[in-house]
Amino acid sequence: MLALLWKDLQIEFRTKETLASLLMLGLLTLLILSFAFDPMSELRAEAAPAVLWVAVIFAGVLGINRSFLTERENECLQGLLLCPVDRGSIYLAKVAGNVIFMVAAQAIVGPIFVFFFNLPLTWAVARLVPIVLLGLIGFAAVGTLFAAISVRTRAREIMLPLLLLPLVVPVLIGGVKASARVLAGKPLSDVDQWLNLLLGFDALFLVVGWLVFEYAVEE
Amino acid sequence: MTRRFGDWALGALTGITMLAAIAMVFLYVPTDKAQGIVQRIFYFHVPAAIMTFVAFGLVALASAMFLWRGTRFWDRLAHSAAEVGMLFCTLVLVTGPIWARPIWGTWWTWDARLTTTLILWLIYAAYLMLREFAGNVDQAARYAAVLGIVGSVDIPIINRAVYWWRTIHPAVLITREGGSGLGDPRMQATLLVSFVAFAALLGWLLWVRNETARLQDEVERLHQQLIAEHIPG
Repeated sequence: MLALLWKDLQIEFRTKETLASLLMLGLLTLLILSFAFDPMSELRAEAAPAVLWVAVIFAGVLGINRSFLTERENECLQGLLLCPVDRGSIYLAKVAGNVIFMVAAQAIVGPIFVFFFNLPLTWAVARLVPIVLLGLIGFAAVGTLFAAISVRTRAREIMLPLLLLPLVVPVLIGGVKASARVLAGKPLSDVDQWLNLLLGFDALFLVVGWLVFEYAVEE
Repeated sequence: MTRRFGDWALGALTGITMLAAIAMVFLYVPTDKAQGIVQRIFYFHVPAAIMTFVAFGLVALASAMFLWRGTRFWDRLAHSAAEVGMLFCTLVLVTGPIWARPIWGTWWTWDARLTTTLILWLIYAAYLMLREFAGNVDQAARYAAVLGIVGSVDIPIINRAVYWWRTIHPAVLITREGGSGLGDPRMQATLLVSFVAFAALLGWLLWVRNETARLQDEVERLHQQLIAEHIPG
């Protein structure tokens, strides 16, 4: 499994394609959504968590889609499937890779988000980290499974968001709600309900994905 | 013969009970004192909602059975149930706002049940699209089964999340269903007949859709057989 993860990371180190595109898309989403809200408006602070999560989701869909598109070139996926490893391990490696890419992109987009939205540099911002991390894991758990599916369908670029977005509604709601509370200065213990929801979602779909992934990749 | 009979019997049952339900809703049941005439849509809305859950539950069950056994029967059942479930789900989403506009004063609120139903609709719309866009029948079956299972696992979580997100309206719904609404035995009788009618409709549509899918498979099989026979090598 680690070898599979390492392979994806190495490809990324050499090309830097996914990370660069994730980063740019995240930044552009921040920019576009900043235009959507009046900079003088009181609403701006309230919209901040929503903007952050829309950026996460958009960049996430793109990045996860890429993770299987690269495998598709030169029939790499066939090679992977011929390896004497459990399909579940391939899945977990892919999820781990996707989470790492998205976390890396967020590590840069996040501070810029704080900068653009003029958020106070307090512990409140640091408290966003576990929320975003849990959200990304859940997003990648479902996303990786359906990326493997959508890459084999016609209209594959559009298929992934169609499948993925309704399914990750709990992540989105939990993420936005928890982020809004935390940015309003509440401690993490105040949002434990949402953190539990995110945690449960992540655990559940990692297991489900691990179990059913073999049906999603087999020819 | 039994296939014909099933079609005929279910169709007849649906026709009779549906006519009875319509007659009871419009002619027999007393008008609700608080809500007025619009409350009558309730007798179609609620059975349709229950049948939506039955149909989507069936999708989950058939999807799991398909991945386990791999027989076409379970895939056809899952596909049919998803399509019929979409129909009922759409009915729920159409009849709901018609009732809500005069009673709540708005077509739509982001209430937990409404939102969950809408997301359900989106998930199964994607399910049907996935079937259309998949490369071949086997892939479509497997991918759809994966989505059928993941979707059904997701629904309770979605419901919980949406419930915590907005917890205003369920109370209204509960009082409507429990206390004020159906005290009159005629109302209960009408709801019961509606339930039977909708259950029969679900069964009948499932039957017809399933038969169509079976015939499609059969045609495809014969087609392949003919090709194999007439093109040597």
